[in-house]
Amino acid sequence: MAVMRPTLEVGIIGYGAYVPRYRLPASEVNRIWHDGEDAEPITEKAVPGPDEDTVTMSIEAARNALARAAVDPADLGAVWVGSESHPYAVKPTSAIVAEAIGAVPLALGADWQFACKAGTEALQAAVALVGSGMGRYALAIGMDTAQGRPGDALEYTAAAGGAGYIVGAGDESVALLEGSSSRISDMPDFWRRPGAPYPEHAGRFTGDPAYFEHVEAASWGLMQALGYGASDLDYAVFHQPNRRFPQRAALDLGFTREQIAPGMLVDRIGNAYAGSSLLGLSAVLDVARPGQRILHVSFGSGAGSDAFVWHVTERITARRDAAPRTEDYVRRRKEIDYATYARYRGKLQR
Amino acid sequence: MRDVAVLGIGQTPVAEHWDSSLRDLAYRALQAALDDARVPVPQMLFVGNMLSGALASQENVGALIADYAGLRGMEAFKIEAACASGAAAARMAWMAVAGGLCDIAVALGVEKMTDGKAEQATAALAYAADAEYEGEHGLSFVALNALMMQRYMHEYGYRHSDFAGFAINSHANATTNPNAMFPSAITAEQFERARPVAAPITLLDSSGIGDGAAAAVFVPLDLATRSPHPVVRVLASASATDTVALHDRRDPLFLEAAHVSAQRAYAMSGTTAEDMDFFELHDAFTIMSALSLEASGYAPRGHGVGMAIDGEITRQGRLPICTLGGLKARGHPVGATGVYQIVEAVQQLRGEAGPNQLAGARLGMAQNIGGSGANVITHILERRN
Amino acid sequence: MSGPSQWRRRQQRLSLTGEICPQCSARLFPPRDVCPHCGGPARIPYALGGRGTVYSFSRIMSAPEGYEAGAPYYVALVALDEGPLVTAQLTDVDPEAVSIGMPVEMVTRLMKRDGDRGLIDYSFKFRPVLERMAG
Repeated sequence: MAVMRPTLEVGIIGYGAYVPRYRLPASEVNRIWHDGEDAEPITEKAVPGPDEDTVTMSIEAARNALARAAVDPADLGAVWVGSESHPYAVKPTSAIVAEAIGAVPLALGADWQFACKAGTEALQAAVALVGSGMGRYALAIGMDTAQGRPGDALEYTAAAGGAGYIVGAGDESVALLEGSSSRISDMPDFWRRPGAPYPEHAGRFTGDPAYFEHVEAASWGLMQALGYGASDLDYAVFHQPNRRFPQRAALDLGFTREQIAPGMLVDRIGNAYAGSSLLGLSAVLDVARPGQRILHVSFGSGAGSDAFVWHVTERITARRDAAPRTEDYVRRRKEIDYATYARYRGKLQR
Repeated sequence: MRDVAVLGIGQTPVAEHWDSSLRDLAYRALQAALDDARVPVPQMLFVGNMLSGALASQENVGALIADYAGLRGMEAFKIEAACASGAAAARMAWMAVAGGLCDIAVALGVEKMTDGKAEQATAALAYAADAEYEGEHGLSFVALNALMMQRYMHEYGYRHSDFAGFAINSHANATTNPNAMFPSAITAEQFERARPVAAPITLLDSSGIGDGAAAAVFVPLDLATRSPHPVVRVLASASATDTVALHDRRDPLFLEAAHVSAQRAYAMSGTTAEDMDFFELHDAFTIMSALSLEASGYAPRGHGVGMAIDGEITRQGRLPICTLGGLKARGHPVGATGVYQIVEAVQQLRGEAGPNQLAGARLGMAQNIGGSGANVITHILERRN
Repeated sequence: MSGPSQWRRRQQRLSLTGEICPQCSARLFPPRDVCPHCGGPARIPYALGGRGTVYSFSRIMSAPEGYEAGAPYYVALVALDEGPLVTAQLTDVDPEAVSIGMPVEMVTRLMKRDGDRGLIDYSFKFRPVLERMAG
């Protein structure tokens, strides 16, 4: 189906971002592995502190989302966390998060895995749950503490962060869902086997045909089905593995730099994997005006894309300041060197 | 209730006793005390010990030591009150004799701390704190004292260097105590340069842990009059508790249990703080010395440190403290410390303190503090004519 | 920490849930069966707001066994806005950047890992209140 819509009208009733405070400049990776002679794909990336992981970061994003939604956490019908860095292979992140925010005991909970698309997959499920009437509210989180092998190209960008979204009825929403579209295919572009600490990837193969084909097909399909051209949409947010990919996708789809600028965080925080496009969306919701429309597209290796169009409502202005903005976290910045990074990420152990 | 005297005392040096186990140390102190008292067989043995389970994988030490000392069959228990285990054992021995349950009771404090890694000892010492609400947040025992010290400095406007006098005094007194673990003098400059352990507390604010054992033989006063030693009577034994967790206290800078146990001891003995010739206090950390002096009535709130600054705590001062080195420099074999304090008080009152002897000492107080102030036991001892 | 112990106190540790005394309305943390203020029974859960100020602090250089990986780290007594003093670690804070009276807020963080195979222990900590731009 080119476009998906739930039976009932639904939307985002609360959202919350989280980005850890530490930053590793790309120049540090360059210095250690390339004599400082390499081209740096971004300026710096966000690194979790030694006491942070997908559970703790999801809890803070969920608390922010709840503060904006102003609903009783006991009314959440589901807590779903998408990530490729769940702290346990077996023991759900979602149950710990649900316990911490008081969404127990009457809720669904599960951890989603689809590389960097796991968060938007959880969001699709939240839309379906609420849109079918099975649940009043559902919380979907995309969060990661991404792994990059020392010296690998991914080490520049593999970052930490994410955002949580509470889906509810349309008449409570800060952003209504106009429709979504998803694509998947079997794609050997990026993978990690069980027990392996770092992912493997297929170099330039990750762009064409993996990223661009899925992102652009999902976007075109949705825009055509809804009857929108790029100029009908006020913002576009894409998954951001580096600066180049989302910029080219935007160009191919006819978007201007101004339309993607508010949601482009990769240069300052890196690629937060399952959190990447969801953080871009939260940054846009932080500044969007009522009546504006946002195209929001994820990409996960393996591979697939979820595309959404969100229509911002007048409730955004009152809810926005109930929690820290994405920019508050992006600006909270403590630069660290490679040695501290190695320690914080467990690459050095006493 | 019968009047009680300390008839005999014994101690091992506090040291890293690589060649001695818990039972070896215990036996040496016990035998020394029995020899000193000139009694062959006690009737009850109370073993003050905190960490035998955690650091030596050994509980049931009452029976173990009784057997090892050739006293198989005798009534014997371990008494545990964290760092106040030693004084708690002494209090039990005193109670047994005062209550007429027996005529010869021994309080034996023993601790063997150096077999494991330092981190293990650090973790085990934190058992004195509230495990669920302090220990599980990664607080060491030092950290609890550091929290008190930081707040104290803030509240009363002291600098870290103002506490130097406590450590300098203890080390000075230890230089002439053959049983001391750190018999070396330190300077104010060294105090200031010391390595932080849990800021603001440095290595030189902190007592050093070590292995050691000390024992005291308690008998009815009328039995003690036949002793060859000057007779030392137990004028008071008193104990009180407070919350284990620092955060649960009404005022984290006031040692309520020290206050109550000191007041009970004064009331029981008909004495006041002004009457004391010396005070063997619990200088596990310099901040503890200040808080103990304040809670026990020797200084107003916020002025305990002033006694160190003004030199009132030296052997020449108004109230000599830690006259044989205290926990800081004699060493702090945790569960044994309370018995060392009583043994040292008896040394002073008998006139057997050697170069550290205080002229004309007749009345002395010993105070042993368990945890960050949760369990405090105060004894007042008097030399009889 | 054992699994059962982690489970029993999950709401205390993950979300700083204390108690309110039904007799004297005192807010309590940690929860306890007897209110220390009035002596009456106290068993009604109460979600503390998580805001407070630093009452005292220490920087731990020599950590107990099991906590070495994070050392040095800050611990503090935090005076919560509702009254209780709470013992906790401070996080997201630089050396020399802590002071008595500093406003802090509760966050849930990783406390300790039981080796490579055991449970992960999460608990409340406090951090400097997040700076926010004007709305």
